[in-house]
Amino acid sequence: MALLSIRNLTTVFNCQEGMVKACNNVSLDINQGQTLGLIGETGCGKSVLGLSILKLLPVNAVSSGQIIYNNQDLLALSVKEMCQVRGSEIGFLPQSPATALNPVLRIGEQLTEGLQLHQGMVKEKARVIAMDMLKSLGLKDCDKRAADYPHQLSGGMKQRVVAAMSITGQPSLLIADEPTKGLDAVNRAQVIDLLRQLTIKTKASLLLITHDLKVAVALCDEIAVMYSGEIVEKGSADQVLNNPLHPYTQGLVASLPERGLFPIPGYSPSLLDDIPGCRFYSRCPIRNENCKHQPVINREVNGVHVRCLYVDQSGGTQQRIYGRGFQSEAV
Amino acid sequence: MNIFKNKLTLTGMIIILVLVGTAIFAPMLVPHNPNEQCLNQALKGPCLEYPCGTDEFGRCIFSRIIFGARISLEIGIAVTAVSAAVGIALGLAAGFYGGAVDEIIMRIVDIFLAFPGLILALVVAGLLGPGILNVMVALALVGWMGYARVVRGTVLAEKEREFIETARSLGANDLYIMFRHLLPNVIAPVIIMASVGIGYAILASAGLSFLGLGAQPPTAVWGSMLSDGKSYLQTAPHLTIFPGLAILITVLAFNFLGDGLRDLLDPRLKRQSVE
Repeated sequence: MALLSIRNLTTVFNCQEGMVKACNNVSLDINQGQTLGLIGETGCGKSVLGLSILKLLPVNAVSSGQIIYNNQDLLALSVKEMCQVRGSEIGFLPQSPATALNPVLRIGEQLTEGLQLHQGMVKEKARVIAMDMLKSLGLKDCDKRAADYPHQLSGGMKQRVVAAMSITGQPSLLIADEPTKGLDAVNRAQVIDLLRQLTIKTKASLLLITHDLKVAVALCDEIAVMYSGEIVEKGSADQVLNNPLHPYTQGLVASLPERGLFPIPGYSPSLLDDIPGCRFYSRCPIRNENCKHQPVINREVNGVHVRCLYVDQSGGTQQRIYGRGFQSEAV
Repeated sequence: MNIFKNKLTLTGMIIILVLVGTAIFAPMLVPHNPNEQCLNQALKGPCLEYPCGTDEFGRCIFSRIIFGARISLEIGIAVTAVSAAVGIALGLAAGFYGGAVDEIIMRIVDIFLAFPGLILALVVAGLLGPGILNVMVALALVGWMGYARVVRGTVLAEKEREFIETARSLGANDLYIMFRHLLPNVIAPVIIMASVGIGYAILASAGLSFLGLGAQPPTAVWGSMLSDGKSYLQTAPHLTIFPGLAILITVLAFNFLGDGLRDLLDPRLKRQSVE
């Protein structure tokens, strides 16, 4: 039984321009203690998916489908019940620690919030626990730092504080929304290490939202690739990244610097567009007339779920075609 | 404490403390009964017996200023506290919830702002009848809109910031976010407004007193002393100079304090070395 199972989740934003379908019929499972990586390019709906789980989206967003967490459908919960789930059941590690902390409250006050909110803990007791948490995440001079304001801390320190905040309620699922965004290589390694520590310490499942394939490789058991609001490929991290089946995933892997830095041509379609066939059609190297009109369903190939009509079992050849094609263009 | 490092703030605080002390211990400090008339001593200039001279009824101006500090401070602080509290609460709600709530609250603000403040206060005070409490009610009723607007505007910007989402993801509800996370971020301009507001409330209450709607004679109020003395401006200027100075110093002191408090409450303005 999965800890969290998302079934046919569709999240739509009602905008002036029309309906923006940020998540389209997404189904995912996260098991206890598992790390699932959600990768994809900017604007493909990764973060929206993460926020949909916590119901933290703006008012013009409508989610339909099912998000089953521990046998309860989160989408059916009331606002008050959702407040209880957030932080204590499902934690959220925000994108950038620099802006995730309230600039006018001391670190210590913000750290103890989760404990005070959920467990009705008195301030002193919450403080002791929060300090322990900080210490275990490797922050020095915790007591001194707790009296500081966020702007007095370095980026790495803030990262630790935010990480500590997200696990104060001892959630069994942690959603990390691009935790390595905008970090240099050293800090990125630290964050990966931090996340690893977090999952080991709390035995929590982790939903890692990232566009950094290397981070995903380092941390994830399973990987789901998202493109234009849909999950196009889903399987074990090893299989998906070493032997990608979907042309988009192949393109992603080929765009890594060590694989030659080949970009995928074109742009992803607007989430406003209703496309009957494959959403990757306009950029796909193996496309065919059928792709344009025929609805694409999920298929399982070697334990990997792929949303493509023409999945080649040997992804290798396609990948080479991909790379070579662009190399010659570049020359 | 940082607040003591700034000389102006310190000055402001000392003056306010002295004022508060004066107001509390007024009966012990005055050389004369502030309402006692000695008509043969009328319009005397400052001398040893009357440090600030006497008014047209021979009352000791120094004693009246000391007693006036009580009412002035009472009105200034009470009016500002009530209007700021109302303005903050409504501004937070309007900015945070947006939509219909925002629309309704801000239209009410617009209606109140459409009337000239003092005229509206006059009407209200006129309806309620003369008296200090009624003046306070009237002034609070016309003073809260500014706070509501400023708070709403700041909340609109602050509520989109990521730490609000973080607080939500920790399980915080609306009220908690509003008062714990948004309020400290919007309080700085409110404090500056409030410090000026106390001075304004003192002045406005003087205006209402002058029109016979505030404290009734012979109660000593700085504003009405100023108004009463203006007919003697050419022959006995001390009638207006001393109450005027009292108002000036008080308002200035609150301004200094307001600036200092802003620096203290807003850590972004702190110039503190980070080790």
